[in-house]
Amino acid sequence: MSEYVVELKNITKRFPGVVALKNMSIGIRPGEIHGLIGENGAGKSTLIKVLTGVHNPEEGDIFVDGKKVVFRNPVQSREAGIACVYQELNIVKQLPVTDNVFMGRAVKKGLLLDYPRMHQEAAEALASLGHPEIDVKMECGKLGTGLQQMVEIAKAVSLDAKLIIMDEPTSSLGKEEIAQLMETVRGLKAKGVAILFVSHKLEELFELCDRVTVMRDGEHIITKDVGDLTEDSLITAMVGRTLDNLYPKEFGVKGDVWLEGRNLNEAGVLHDVSFKAHAGQITGFAGLVGAGRTETMRAVFGADRLDSGEVYVKGEKVTIRNPKDAIKRKIAFLTEDRKGQGLVLSLDVRTNLILANMKGFSNGPFLDKARIEKSGQENVQALKIKTPSLDEVTAQLSGGNQQKVVIGKWVNIDADIFIFDEPTRGIDVGAKIEVYRVMNDLVKAGKCVIMVSSELPEILAMSDHVVVMRGGRVMADIDRDTKHFNSEDIMKAAWGGELD
Amino acid sequence: MKKNSSAKELLQKLGTLLALIILIAIFCITMPDKFPKIGNVMNILKQASINCLIASGMLCALITAGIDLSVGSNCVLCTCTIGVLVQNFGLTNPVLLAICGLAVSTLAGFINGTLLTRLDLPHPFVSTMGMKNILWGLALVITGSKSIGFTGAGVDSLMWLGGGSIGRMIDASGKVTFPGIPVSFILVIIVFCIFDVFLKKTALGRQIYCCGGNPEAARLSGIPSKNVLTFVYALSGFMAGMAGVVSVGRLASANGNAGTTYDNDAIAACIVGGASFTGGKGTIWGTLIGAMIMAVIRNGLNLMGASNDVQYIVIGAVIILAVTIDVVRNKMEAKARKMAAA
Repeated sequence: MSEYVVELKNITKRFPGVVALKNMSIGIRPGEIHGLIGENGAGKSTLIKVLTGVHNPEEGDIFVDGKKVVFRNPVQSREAGIACVYQELNIVKQLPVTDNVFMGRAVKKGLLLDYPRMHQEAAEALASLGHPEIDVKMECGKLGTGLQQMVEIAKAVSLDAKLIIMDEPTSSLGKEEIAQLMETVRGLKAKGVAILFVSHKLEELFELCDRVTVMRDGEHIITKDVGDLTEDSLITAMVGRTLDNLYPKEFGVKGDVWLEGRNLNEAGVLHDVSFKAHAGQITGFAGLVGAGRTETMRAVFGADRLDSGEVYVKGEKVTIRNPKDAIKRKIAFLTEDRKGQGLVLSLDVRTNLILANMKGFSNGPFLDKARIEKSGQENVQALKIKTPSLDEVTAQLSGGNQQKVVIGKWVNIDADIFIFDEPTRGIDVGAKIEVYRVMNDLVKAGKCVIMVSSELPEILAMSDHVVVMRGGRVMADIDRDTKHFNSEDIMKAAWGGELD
Repeated sequence: MKKNSSAKELLQKLGTLLALIILIAIFCITMPDKFPKIGNVMNILKQASINCLIASGMLCALITAGIDLSVGSNCVLCTCTIGVLVQNFGLTNPVLLAICGLAVSTLAGFINGTLLTRLDLPHPFVSTMGMKNILWGLALVITGSKSIGFTGAGVDSLMWLGGGSIGRMIDASGKVTFPGIPVSFILVIIVFCIFDVFLKKTALGRQIYCCGGNPEAARLSGIPSKNVLTFVYALSGFMAGMAGVVSVGRLASANGNAGTTYDNDAIAACIVGGASFTGGKGTIWGTLIGAMIMAVIRNGLNLMGASNDVQYIVIGAVIILAVTIDVVRNKMEAKARKMAAA
């Protein structure tokens, strides 16, 4: 009997022009939670696809329970007991939970589907994950993201998977949901299921994993027990160099209040939300998912309607009915969902960069080609956007570079107030640092920056001032130089506790 | 890099152009004495004009991931409006007639857009399909379901737009050596040049692509998506109206029951020319080629003596084939790009 439930040995996978996996080996023990980490482009996705039978490696072998196997397609991998919960959930929202759990392998009784049995098995799978409260006949779309993910995991569990791969499972979850997920993962481990846990969040790896493997440039760098690793040693292994500082915070000069909300109300969403953001500062918005931070920003930006409340820009009371009004007031809004709301993925980098300011780049009705070209080149240089050319379709760029294009779009309206909603979600460490640097530059240039973030370390490191929200209400308002500016107090406020 | 991408673009355009050339070659070989005659070529151009004009508006709707099913009846309503003005009100000023017809069609298009954007109807399929029936009914109501003839009604100058030609040459014996280029096709070329500049080089034109590619991102970038969409449907109505004005001379009559194939022909021209139902894609020159392919097939089959029913079957097959080729080509391109990027 082999030590590993699933093992990859000396796998090499080439794509034309690049070696995605170079002599990569990894072994996952039964009942262990194995962390996999690496920068974007390190080859994690390719590795997952080799494991799930999507890609066939040119060299190397795959072993399941010590026996050599060859996966020609995803079905063979599934039959061998490997399941994957992808970052982007594969849920059909219109269908009930049961149908999603049994997607692609319906249980039949004669010619018809055996719903009583499927309902029962789905309910059992969910109960074993600690979620017996989910109604298996309910439409999946009515569940929260965290519970939808549980449905995905239930799919894997009901397959009797030996190995469940989880690709950045926490990236769209709130703190509470992450805690639940971790409980579930530990429960699976206790049942002897092996987990390959892919994540960008170091603290999760330390909290959850038994061993961690680091990849870089398609190669295996280290595999170690989590106890033998530190955050610094992980980052060094990942980027191949030492990063002196994950959060290169620099300070601007605090100026006047440039954006203020007074008693903002939106039925069922926001309740008397008031806040002030100064020029030359980063104002952080902390809280759990669903605390109303994004909703506050959308309302201020005119993307959603307020029922009542006043917004002041640079001391002047303004009426913002739609995003166009907000842009006229020099407010920029980087949405949390950059693919869905920030970019036109089917169009080139050039067009996306001028998306918010077509008028400014036109002479009369005609676009000024020369000026757009020049400004585009400047954006690419200043923001270090890695793209073959301005003609590249934005869908082809990596997450970090897409985010930089969105930032460029807002830099090009010459905005004074920048609202960043989860600006570093889903992008790798190197790109994160560059996004922080952009924020630093903006603050040093006297701009007003608001950063909504669910990552507490990021809030603590980068904010000059933190507004904590819960359930559509402002719970606390904390300056960097006061005693409450620490993770415990911010979390306490985010959970509804009183600060003295 | 820039050069590279434009070469790729050229190749993509060539794909449909190549299909057109092959089609022409086939008809030239099978009917050497009928098809490749200068008179027939000019005939094809004339026959393609109405579809070209309607398709240009349809293209804009398709780029926004929408569709305009009312263009056919809108075009007919325009012709019928002009017919009624001539017959019942004795109006003969060509400019005034054209303006009235265009105004009616643009208004209908504007209503299409308003229904879609202000009443938040789920898809333009709904609003434009409803309008299709309403406009058709209106055309029948105002004409009393009767055909109105234009010949000899004193509107010859307006009929020149759809029926006339420029540069007709006759030799000493009175034989026609060159039938002249149809005025309607010259109009198409002028309109298409304007569309090319509009879609590529103006802010509004680019915004049409943005709204098609990602309406939410466009809205959050301050682009007034609703106004852009309303404009697109008003423009589509305007172009249907222009086709209606051309019909006056082309068909020499206003008939509420005409134009049943116009919607489909326009959609087919756009799709064959590279536009996509998912939006964000399509060029005006592709649409021109698409419309020419449709016209050449119709003309060729007519000359071969194929009946209407056979023509429908062939055209249906060509549409499916053309889009299949496009899908395959896109897949190959995506693969090539992945390889280049990897």
